Amino acid sequence: MPKVNSIKKVLVIGSGPIVIGQAAEFDYSGTQACESIKEEGIEVVLVNSNPATIMTDIGMAHYTYIEPLTIDFVEKVIAKERPDSIIAGMGGQTGLNLSCELYDSGILDKYHVNVIGTSIASIKEGEDRDKFKSLMERTNQPIVESDIVTGVEEGVEYAYSIGFPVIVRPAYTLGGTGGGICKDEGELRQVLTQGLHLSRVGQCLIEKSIAGWKEIEFEVMRDGAGNCITVCSMENVDPVGVHTGDSIVVAPALTLSDREYQMLRSAAINIINSIEIKGGCNVQFALDPNSYNYAVIEINPRVSRSSALASKATGYPIAKVAAKIALGYNLDEIPNAVTGKTTACFEPTIDYCVLKFPRWPFDKFFGAKRQLGTKMMATGEIMSIGSSFESALLKGIRSLEIGQYGLERESSKKKTLEELKKSVVSPDDERIFDLAEMLRRDYKVEKLCQITGMDLFFIEKIKNLVEMEEDFKTLTLEELDKRTLMHYKKLGFSDKALAKMIKCEPPEIYALRKKWDIMPVFKMVDTCAGEFEAVTPYYYSCYEEEDEVVVSDRHKVMVIGSGPIRIGQGIEFDYCSVHCVKALKKAGIETIIVNNNPETVSTDFDTSDKLYFEPLTEEDVLNIVEREKPDGVILQFGGQTAIKLAKFFDEMNIPIFGTKAKDIDAAEDREKFDAILESLNIRRPKGKGVWNVDEGINVAENLGYPVLVRPSYVLGGQGMEITHNKAELVQYLEEAFYKDSKNPVLIDRYLGGREIEVDAICDGEDVYIPGIMEHLERAGVHSGDSISIYPPQHISDEIKQAIMDETQRISVALDVIGMINIQFIEYKGELNIIEVNPRSSRTVPYITKVTGVPVIDIATRVMLGEKLKSMGYGTAIAPESKVVAVKVPVFSTEKLLKVEVSLGPEMRSTGEVLGVGYNLHNALYKGFIAAGMTIPEPGSTILATITSKEQKNFAPIAKRFAAMGCRFIATSGTAESLKANGIKVQSVKKISEGVPNVLDVIRSGVIDLIIDIPRKANNANSDGFKIRRTAVESSITIITAMDTVKAMCEVMEKQIDRDKLDIFDINRDMKR
Amino acid sequence: MLKRTIKAALILENGKTFFGKAFGYIKETVGEVVFTTNMTGYQETLTDPSYAGQIVVMTFPLIGNYGVNLEDMESRKPFLKGFIVREKCEVPNNWRCEMDIDGFLKQNKIMGLEGIDTRALTRVLRDNGTMRGIITTRANDLTASQIKQKFDTYTNKHAVEEVTIKEKYVINGIGTHFAVLDCGIKQGILRELSKRGCKLTVFPAFTSAEEILACKPDALFLANGPGNPEDIPTVVENVKKIIETGLPILGICLGNQVVSLALGCKTKRFKFGHHGGNHPVKDTQTGRVYITSQNHEFVVCDLPDDVEASFININDGSIEGIRHKTKPIYTVQFHPEASPGPLDVGFLFDRFIKITEGVGKNAKG
Repeated sequence: MPKVNSIKKVLVIGSGPIVIGQAAEFDYSGTQACESIKEEGIEVVLVNSNPATIMTDIGMAHYTYIEPLTIDFVEKVIAKERPDSIIAGMGGQTGLNLSCELYDSGILDKYHVNVIGTSIASIKEGEDRDKFKSLMERTNQPIVESDIVTGVEEGVEYAYSIGFPVIVRPAYTLGGTGGGICKDEGELRQVLTQGLHLSRVGQCLIEKSIAGWKEIEFEVMRDGAGNCITVCSMENVDPVGVHTGDSIVVAPALTLSDREYQMLRSAAINIINSIEIKGGCNVQFALDPNSYNYAVIEINPRVSRSSALASKATGYPIAKVAAKIALGYNLDEIPNAVTGKTTACFEPTIDYCVLKFPRWPFDKFFGAKRQLGTKMMATGEIMSIGSSFESALLKGIRSLEIGQYGLERESSKKKTLEELKKSVVSPDDERIFDLAEMLRRDYKVEKLCQITGMDLFFIEKIKNLVEMEEDFKTLTLEELDKRTLMHYKKLGFSDKALAKMIKCEPPEIYALRKKWDIMPVFKMVDTCAGEFEAVTPYYYSCYEEEDEVVVSDRHKVMVIGSGPIRIGQGIEFDYCSVHCVKALKKAGIETIIVNNNPETVSTDFDTSDKLYFEPLTEEDVLNIVEREKPDGVILQFGGQTAIKLAKFFDEMNIPIFGTKAKDIDAAEDREKFDAILESLNIRRPKGKGVWNVDEGINVAENLGYPVLVRPSYVLGGQGMEITHNKAELVQYLEEAFYKDSKNPVLIDRYLGGREIEVDAICDGEDVYIPGIMEHLERAGVHSGDSISIYPPQHISDEIKQAIMDETQRISVALDVIGMINIQFIEYKGELNIIEVNPRSSRTVPYITKVTGVPVIDIATRVMLGEKLKSMGYGTAIAPESKVVAVKVPVFSTEKLLKVEVSLGPEMRSTGEVLGVGYNLHNALYKGFIAAGMTIPEPGSTILATITSKEQKNFAPIAKRFAAMGCRFIATSGTAESLKANGIKVQSVKKISEGVPNVLDVIRSGVIDLIIDIPRKANNANSDGFKIRRTAVESSITIITAMDTVKAMCEVMEKQIDRDKLDIFDINRDMKR
Repeated sequence: MLKRTIKAALILENGKTFFGKAFGYIKETVGEVVFTTNMTGYQETLTDPSYAGQIVVMTFPLIGNYGVNLEDMESRKPFLKGFIVREKCEVPNNWRCEMDIDGFLKQNKIMGLEGIDTRALTRVLRDNGTMRGIITTRANDLTASQIKQKFDTYTNKHAVEEVTIKEKYVINGIGTHFAVLDCGIKQGILRELSKRGCKLTVFPAFTSAEEILACKPDALFLANGPGNPEDIPTVVENVKKIIETGLPILGICLGNQVVSLALGCKTKRFKFGHHGGNHPVKDTQTGRVYITSQNHEFVVCDLPDDVEASFININDGSIEGIRHKTKPIYTVQFHPEASPGPLDVGFLFDRFIKITEGVGKNAKG
């Protein structure tokens, strides 16, 4: 059936802020969906609270609302825009749930909005536990047998009926604690008794254990006529037990015979047929490695992280096709954009090996419990493409940017065999390296398969790599011959890894490769294994015979992407890269993107003229430069990943557009930068590096407390801290020097002032500031974790002028061409510089949207040689908008066990939301709601634990909360202080004081808001740490900075009427 | 320090040569080089008699991962001339794995070639069409005239004779009785019919029409097989005779081509054929599209007025099945039995049986 003509205006719901488990993949799919609908001449209304996304860009949809993803705000959008249709499956679980709520609450009916694509009834069949179970029974599909029990005897009886071993999962416990695998009745009785006790509702799920089964996924599509295809199969290298988001995944499945493969493929198709999916669906299976037995684990009736991976792995644009299906098209009516000849109704076949490797945040969260399990912990992922499993794996490892170029890892080498064994049995993020280390120590392959459940196929491949590494170490550079080197390159070894093993420098290996002409070729990802000619150039490298790249004679520029999403380097940089490409295209320049993140828009097949899916290392990027010979490369938009390549490119005489390598270095090198500031007579907080405790004490006395301390070289996770007195400083220094005495600790004067941030564009002479951002929390909270306000509300015109002046002088002094990000502190009426980044920053998408200034477009043109003046900008701050927009950070700490929750100098947030209003408090109100925070109401209960130093600051705020009818519960110290200030408070026991204590109160669910102002963070044994963990794990709003508390109080005082709040279309309503 | 390997090469008719390593049974071999895009099912491909006389290139780079077993054989032995992969698996693993691919080829005297740029080879075949090739360990020793002579003496005209059975046999069943002509039939087809209770009398390819009809079948079934349908005019003639009797006729692959020729259609060679498990075909009556397993070099064309296309390939518009407008004749070009490939059109076997039953009822009525 062709397009349904009654569809004129479609509502698309995004997935909201980036959190663990819901990342950039939905920006990618949402953007594709918007484009796909738009090109049919249909209007798109978009709602997404996330300002960092490309989908919420000005002009991406016809009407774009960066508003909270709650039912009442979406209803406002529906009421205003009156879309005739809604597409449910493009915004991840958030979008799906919201669509279901809108349907259930009758809002869709009320406004006559049709659900297009997969229906709500179908979605519920996949999502609702009971409906899913009956669906599986109806379609004769096996599932993992499970049932909920409320008593031990009942549990034992059930376990016997399904057979041991079983898994016990207590309902509603924190972080899945209290469950486990039970091999027999004895174990079950023990675990179940404890689990039932721990569960808030006294329930446990008992499930047949399928640990060790293979985990296989299929991405399937179905249209309204019932035509079905599978896009891709994927196999988890880690068997059932590790969340698929935390597993290394290969595509296609590599260890299944055709019978096994077709059995599962048919099952997937039967399932989507019986629930009448109209669009894409993901089906996850567990497969017994020793029989044809399998079980359906779950289905996701929407686009997903896996569908993004499948799209990138095959070249098949799942979201685009799903959107077309929703509009009424059948698969055979949708063209295959990659071949240009065939249709979307076929199954991609691939002729390479794809590997996905998760990127975990444990480098930032040292204290975190790293054990992988059924809850996802990775913040991002990389994808690599190779002609063999080995080469894909090695490319994947070096794409992670964890300092790892081969399988040999220092931390694994230090472990005993027993420790290694323990680590591979209950896996953490280093399993693959530990496993390799065991093979290196001649541990038996078959036994490794048995204890890890990993297929022998994969372990043999890893063993092959380990043996090759060991063989290579016996060689000298002189002994290395052409055939051997070729063999190693073919299997994916990098020059850097080879150099390390043979004890030489990477350029020496590179020189040999040049001499022997061992250069990679580039092959195309074309959906069809070469059967048809492809028109969309999407490449990967390998060491084979034929190169398929056609290099044009056009002017071309290469844009380096930002790699996997991690804390501190998120989707914002993909936004920047994509916009840079758009600007270059507009300038008539051929664009080449290099990136390795499958979740992103930048790696969509039609974003740039050419896409290279490759690791972002010096060697891999150089290979592409040598092949394409671009006019130059752009590094400013790919975060630190790209910027750190500057020196190398410079050495290789590869032109860099924008700020030069030496100037980037001057901004990043502390000493050089200090000298520049000094010469410009610009202030920065005084500071010094110290080598021992005594020296530190002296420096601190001179600077005056409080001081900001941090290791110059981050080791063992000890981060930045603010110390308020000698005792705190000594404790910090002693720990730091104990852990690492070879590097200094940096001590800076801490200025507790207002933090201000600007992103500016400089053409070497003029400097244009699109907008000044003011931070709600005072200095000391990482800029990425503080609430950012635009336009600034508390900054005087003099300070604004000073910001303009200093930004201009620094930018010109650093010879910045393009973007610069500067962070200031306004302290006692004076401006101090705390940080300069000679590149695009995470606030650029935010400032672009709220000011309407096309920041990246201007910066790109400047890099190409245009002048700000000629573009009509010049040195100025853009006029401020009448609308206030706040950026509120969003955290995923509840998913990362044992990670500190409180705000501090180290960044912890994974995403952000926007709140827009005609005044600050309306904007904050929306921002808090969008971030999922509870704003207290009269009668709410607030739990307060305030460090003694802050109690005097808290008291007046507490009074205001109390005046509004809030009730306080507090631990002894805080309670006394509140009482002394005449505030009624109920005391609660500290953890050491017995039960019920503060943790029990939190878990009981009576608390609406927790205010916890800690003295010091990161002490996992402290009460405060446990309170904060319990808060996030119980999903209770917690605030840990006094400035945020104050803002929350003010917002509450305004008694904002949600019904009367305006919503803002980013395309129209932000205009000045 | 690298493993000792025996160098070998593929020399194509157009002179292009790919150097790699020999595996399996090492002997020089000449064949028609075709590529298949199936990502799984190499064992079914190896044992599909339709590949007789051909050298098969797998476009998927990792082959042999799950080994070879005795269950997934599509015929008594492989009939292909050579097998080319990017990388063969040294240590396969699967609960049903009984051999590795190297050993399997050795035992069946099939030459293998690994370690070449199979994508480059595929692109040569795609752009220039299917051509002959030699896999040899003496690539550098062979003179141009020696190579030419080898190509000139290669023929695949007798492929069906090579693969067909010598004696007829019966697979008992209580349902429809099919006379099956074995031109190189895959076990998968027999399995699917048998599973549905059919009685199967399987005849050698060149059995006369009279002899076939003598077993009093409910229908004639022509299955897959190797080579050009025009090379087996005897079979076409026999089918013509059977058409005259009004006996229902069903067929798959080569069977589709033979029946088409018997009905007055033409057949022609594709540039590089359809080989893989991802081919979309549209049912011309319902408009539904199915993903099918395919393996054919020749295609039916120029249908006479009383014959219509039942399925069309939506990639290239080629005819993927025919139906006689008045007679109970229904054949498809693709493989509803899959093995290897998707099982989505397995229902066609039910349709085949239904067509026979309908005729039976009419006849009785």
